Amino acid sequence: MSKVYQYILLMAVVTYAIRALPLTLIRKEIKSKFIKSFLYYVPYATLAAMTFPAILSATDYWISSVIGFAVAMILAFNKKSLLTVAGCACAAAFIVELFLSF
Amino acid sequence: MYVGKMSDFRDGCRDAIPICLGYIAVSFAFGIESSKIGMTPFQSVMTSLLNVTSAGQFSALSIIAAQGSFIELMVLQFIINLRYMLMSAALSQKIDPELSLGHRLGISYGVTDEIFGMSILRKGKLYPLYSYGLIFVSVFGWILGTLLGAMAGEVLPHRLISCLGLAIYGMFIAIIVPDTRTSNAVMAVVAAGMLFSTVFTYTPVICNISSGFRIIIVTVAVAAVASLIAPIKEGEDE
Repeated sequence: MSKVYQYILLMAVVTYAIRALPLTLIRKEIKSKFIKSFLYYVPYATLAAMTFPAILSATDYWISSVIGFAVAMILAFNKKSLLTVAGCACAAAFIVELFLSF
Repeated sequence: MYVGKMSDFRDGCRDAIPICLGYIAVSFAFGIESSKIGMTPFQSVMTSLLNVTSAGQFSALSIIAAQGSFIELMVLQFIINLRYMLMSAALSQKIDPELSLGHRLGISYGVTDEIFGMSILRKGKLYPLYSYGLIFVSVFGWILGTLLGAMAGEVLPHRLISCLGLAIYGMFIAIIVPDTRTSNAVMAVVAAGMLFSTVFTYTPVICNISSGFRIIIVTVAVAAVASLIAPIKEGEDE
């Protein structure tokens, strides 16, 4: 099983290098308006792409995922806190699944 | 060089509580899967501690199980985690330019989707102590979930695990959606991100692209187009 540790270490090296290179090498403020805008939009684009449609298969039933998604969108749009949004989405899905199991 | 106060560390710990809960749910699933392919709890926990990357770790399991080549594993990790490079570059603009190499390496350890999301939306500069608070509590959850999952997949009722899977997405939504109210450009970026990701997921042929690569393509394309059409005004990037 020692080969498992080699896999784990290799993954770790690659992943850490990806994370550390920009943070250690970029020492100055970026002046380019395009790059600044690009970096500003990156989190919104990435997190949106990661959320949808993956959220539809986050729970056992698509219907509970859809309800959870809707609850999260409504609460987030009304600027509720992170914990509230995440917690209520889970709770809504849980309630839906309770009904489904009857 | 200013690294922040203890209150920044506490803020980080507090802000990471939802991340921690979401991580417990996701890494619990990872722990279960890793035990299925014969990894010991210690190996699972080491994987989580050294990598802290959900998509990367899950994808690695199939290669480890199949005794795949090291090159394949490295290329896969590189592609799936390439988005962290964009995030790391964005964070480099939010820290003190004078910040030492040690602190830069410390912050780098915690560049994940969720920690990045919290860090980038923190008002003003990003201080290392705030990052360390986020990392401490988040990674604690990531490790705890992995350990629990690896030791006993049956500890929690399955339905609870199923619903906790939504936590991480609820968190993403809470990070990106509020700003759509004040910026039409952000609204368009969020909508386009979701739309194109859906198209990539369900269109024949294109759907064979790995999820990590799909996210990179959508991110780069949407963010680039948005930057050309609606470049940010000075001061808006804080």
